Amino acid sequence: MVEELNIEKVWELLNKVPDPEIPVLSVVELGVVRDVYVKENRAEVTITPTYSGCPAMKTFSDDIISQLKKNGFEEVIIHTAYNPPWTTDWMSETARTKLKEYGIAPPQGLAKNSLKLFAKNLPIPCPRCESTDTRRISEFGSTACKSLHQCNTCLDTFDYFKCI
Amino acid sequence: MTDKERLLQYCLRQGDTHIIFGYRLGEWCSKAHILEEDIALTNIALDHMGLGNAWLERAASVDSEKRSPDDLAYRRNEREYYNLLLAEQPNGNYANTIARQFLFDVYSVLYYSELLNSADDTLAGIAGKGLKEVRYHYKHSAQWVVRLGDGTVESHKKIQEAIDDMWRFTEELFEMDETDDIIAKSGVGVDVSGLKEAWKTQVSEVLEKATLSLPDHNLSRTGSKTGVHTEHLGHILAEMQYLPRAYPDAQW
Ligand SMILES: [Zn+2]
Repeated sequence: MVEELNIEKVWELLNKVPDPEIPVLSVVELGVVRDVYVKENRAEVTITPTYSGCPAMKTFSDDIISQLKKNGFEEVIIHTAYNPPWTTDWMSETARTKLKEYGIAPPQGLAKNSLKLFAKNLPIPCPRCESTDTRRISEFGSTACKSLHQCNTCLDTFDYFKCI
Repeated sequence: MTDKERLLQYCLRQGDTHIIFGYRLGEWCSKAHILEEDIALTNIALDHMGLGNAWLERAASVDSEKRSPDDLAYRRNEREYYNLLLAEQPNGNYANTIARQFLFDVYSVLYYSELLNSADDTLAGIAGKGLKEVRYHYKHSAQWVVRLGDGTVESHKKIQEAIDDMWRFTEELFEMDETDDIIAKSGVGVDVSGLKEAWKTQVSEVLEKATLSLPDHNLSRTGSKTGVHTEHLGHILAEMQYLPRAYPDAQW
């Protein structure tokens, strides 16, 4: 390996590891990678689960390990941290646009602004026709991070990435 | 009891409650009346399993016997399990499940919003994560309580019966023993006895919206803090622990 193994390189490599369930986003864009530490050819990566029971966590770790090992690292250690808890507020504008283009309505508003204990829901615009005349079919969708909605204007059903 | 033993005990109580709730909800997989509910209940089950795992990891980290989270889940007997009695109650009909979850979800939202201030970093982290999730659980169960209560004559009857029935196990949510007291006073845990009033207010508000009434009996049953359970937990553990006990070295 001629290329130097440094922290920037690790972030760059991790930014190419897709989320197994929403492949348009990388684990970095999703905000799952919290910290990176590099010493010579050893890397330590701290990740945080989107949901505590997220079944993709094992895949995240395996994919990160194999990506880094493929690119010159000999030892890769994964740490899991719960604090601070993952929030959709960490998702960049670019990530939100990618989600929408993929057909998933991005999280509305900021989680930190909806701290009321027993809160109500915001209207969710349809990712296809922008109509805000939509209804929630189910609070839970194909994965814990999404809920299922239907647009009353174009009648299409769509996933919404919950704001948490 | 040492500080570590106390923290172990405290973490087992919360972790076991989540694991058993997760197990019960998982039993609905492929059996719910509509696909959306099947997905909802199993998603909620996963959240409970995840939270249970986080608590058992913390428990394992202070265990003098050096048991892993899996050992704690799969190698303890009924009398060594400390989940709330409410969690182990059978799924029954859909109203029974919804009533059980609803009464716990209101409590969980209140509990985790207090635990956010825990002096223990890991517990504060679990609370931050947990609060986001249990708020969704609450939305789901509260919505169903209203839908069933304010629904047909039959659904109204069933959810009222279910609330009345599960009510017996709610006193235990607010029970404190010496371990809880010391953990709460040290700023690590929550004084749950202080959550009762807010819980009752929120439960009453939803019940009213659902045209249901608060149960008028004071029957109550507790025991989980010392590992005394209703007849149901043994059956759960027999099924849940069968494989790891029969094949102790099984890997997958
Ligand atoms: Zn539309």
